[in-house]
Amino acid sequence: MWGILRRSAVDGGGGFSASSLRRTRFALVSARSYAAGSKEMTVRDALNSAIDEEMSADPKVFVMGEEVGQYQGAYKITKGLLEKYGPERVYDTPITEAGFTGIGVGAAYAGLKPVVEFMTFNFSMQAIDHIINSAAKSNYMSAGQINVPIVFRGPNGAAAGVGAQHSQCYAAWYASVPGLKVLAPYSAEDARGLLKAAIRDPDPVVFLENELLYGESFPISEEALDSSFCLPIGKAKIEREGKDVTITTFSKMVGFVLKAAEKLAEEGISAEVINLRSIRPLDRATINASVRKTSRLVTVEEGFPQHGVCAEICASVVEESFSYLDAPVERIAGADVPMPYAANLERLALPQVEDIVRAAKRACYRSK
Amino acid sequence: MALSRLTSRSNGISRPLSTAFGRFISTDTTPITIETSLPFTAHLCDPPSRSVESSTQELLDFFRTMALMRRMEIAADSLYKAKLIRGFCHLYDGQEAVAIGMEAVITKKDAIITAYRDHCIFLGRGGSLYEVFAELMGRQDGCSKGKGGSMHFYKKDSSFYGGHGIVGAQVPLGCGIAFAQKYVKEEAVTFAMYGDGAANQGQLFEALNISALWDLPSILVCENNHYGMGTAEWRAAKSPSYYKRGDYVPGLKVDGMDAFAVKQACKFAKEHALKNGPIILEMDTYRYHGHSMSDPGSTYRTRDEISGVRQERDPIERIKKLVLSHDLATEKELKDMEKEIRKEVDDAIAKAKDCSMPEPSELFTNVYVKGFGTKSFGADRKEVKAALP
Repeated sequence: MWGILRRSAVDGGGGFSASSLRRTRFALVSARSYAAGSKEMTVRDALNSAIDEEMSADPKVFVMGEEVGQYQGAYKITKGLLEKYGPERVYDTPITEAGFTGIGVGAAYAGLKPVVEFMTFNFSMQAIDHIINSAAKSNYMSAGQINVPIVFRGPNGAAAGVGAQHSQCYAAWYASVPGLKVLAPYSAEDARGLLKAAIRDPDPVVFLENELLYGESFPISEEALDSSFCLPIGKAKIEREGKDVTITTFSKMVGFVLKAAEKLAEEGISAEVINLRSIRPLDRATINASVRKTSRLVTVEEGFPQHGVCAEICASVVEESFSYLDAPVERIAGADVPMPYAANLERLALPQVEDIVRAAKRACYRSK
Repeated sequence: MALSRLTSRSNGISRPLSTAFGRFISTDTTPITIETSLPFTAHLCDPPSRSVESSTQELLDFFRTMALMRRMEIAADSLYKAKLIRGFCHLYDGQEAVAIGMEAVITKKDAIITAYRDHCIFLGRGGSLYEVFAELMGRQDGCSKGKGGSMHFYKKDSSFYGGHGIVGAQVPLGCGIAFAQKYVKEEAVTFAMYGDGAANQGQLFEALNISALWDLPSILVCENNHYGMGTAEWRAAKSPSYYKRGDYVPGLKVDGMDAFAVKQACKFAKEHALKNGPIILEMDTYRYHGHSMSDPGSTYRTRDEISGVRQERDPIERIKKLVLSHDLATEKELKDMEKEIRKEVDDAIAKAKDCSMPEPSELFTNVYVKGFGTKSFGADRKEVKAALP
């Protein structure tokens, strides 16, 4: 009985199209599942409320970036903050990433807690020296004298039809740097909990959002709506339990993997879906424990394949759980090309649900 | 006499330099007015007066501290050649007047940030000789526990924010510190120091634009020693009038070899920045050494030029002449002071040589403030790993 209830709850919690019947069953299951079911929240509102609450709680927190104030945010994430907190807490910057990022890091050196927005992380490349050399390494080089409690946030990865210069995923680049923390939320709960944790964190955090997720609604629990809610940094979430194959991913791809898991379930393959949430520190323990259970791994990401997050996960599993693997690790990633514009080519350049299903079947030695 | 009082106070190797200033302790503050060697050249502001208020104590302190800085840098040269200092070592000898003049008019709440030629700035902010030499030699008692090296000295309790290896990066960072000072209404300013090479960096203009827009109390100090590594200023900058490069931001050109001119300019700049936002100070200065210890410094400039500056404009010689002409000390007393300084430096080096290198476990400390116990790895991750606290 409990087993059935739990499965329904996990199925229902996995997608954002849970039926009301499943929602009722939810209420009977432990808090480990998604929402109590009655409230929904978009990722946009989740991020906005997180920043709002942290600004309210700590006067040292301020927001800085292009169009974050009067324009209400290029993607409306900072909507209403200028009106609420005034121009001394919300700063519209000129289009000068190197300059304003350096200023943000300097403010963090001196004890403030900046939340610096990049309109997309593609533009962070103009400021990457400050993120890495000025922020990430300072605590180490100064042997603990200068810590940098800054958050760099903004949309990461592909949007829709924005072309090669506006579609890159930077998770692998930033996550390779010691001294940085790199987070990637998926749901509204992830967005709230991880952003609040990031703003409170005394170290520099790169917070990778996704433009296409901003408008998506997710069920959200009362607990997650509380102003003290925080998610732990460095811990992955098992979105869906399974026993045949482990599928890891982060950000927008979590939705795709969950859909793939549904399709696989119809064919009798039970997939365990891991939402990484934290790219650095990477939750190797959860990933390896899952692979030791299922013996098969598919890693999924949207970014370029070479030297990507998937490559690191594969290496970790081969190093720590080699004898448990029954099949080679499968990797589904963005195509190894700059992002094309034409809709059909763009579709080919990004992982699709069918790619994930195919890879999982390969890992299970099932033919098409 | 003032001098004997001063020498009796000067003992101990790691005594912070601020007591050498005697600003608070001295009993002999007989005022003296010194004329700067050259007038100031101003851009979009009225230059300050050439008459600088000083005192007998300050004059002696300037001499002593600059002589200490000079001796420290020369000693570092020898240590580098003896291979006790590794990697990069950028020496400041010749530029001491800038560090000294600035310290004379600011508090420990005013912040300084500079690039990699940072040993003397660190000393001026209250760092000790021992911390300097220990850090240069990579020992655990170094100011960055041996993990930073020559280019990464910091002293946060004196608002000294480093020590930066990336040319130009320190300028936006400094404007950010000024932002924070304004944010918390501290009534303090930040001196962001950079060289004539860094003056062409785009991020500098980005930071200046924002500083001017938001009225940040940032003072950009261009230490123009006329060479960006091996490239003379006329080969790197279409307009080497660095004090004018701020365009809409006022600037002042200062004889950087004259500690009193520097003092006056910094005082002026601090008052300006607190009321009106950013200002640029161009310090016309000179480095005797090459860009770093790997650079002989003579392939792109003549030995005559170097010795010419040393003869005509040396900052310590200038102070020495003033001390003698004001009868504050005799030649012999000054020589004795220099001997004492030499001993102080030698003692600090000897003590630093005795200090041990950091423990291997220090490889994994300070990566994060809060590591959540996350694992970090050595070269062979199956052999060496640590949980970051």
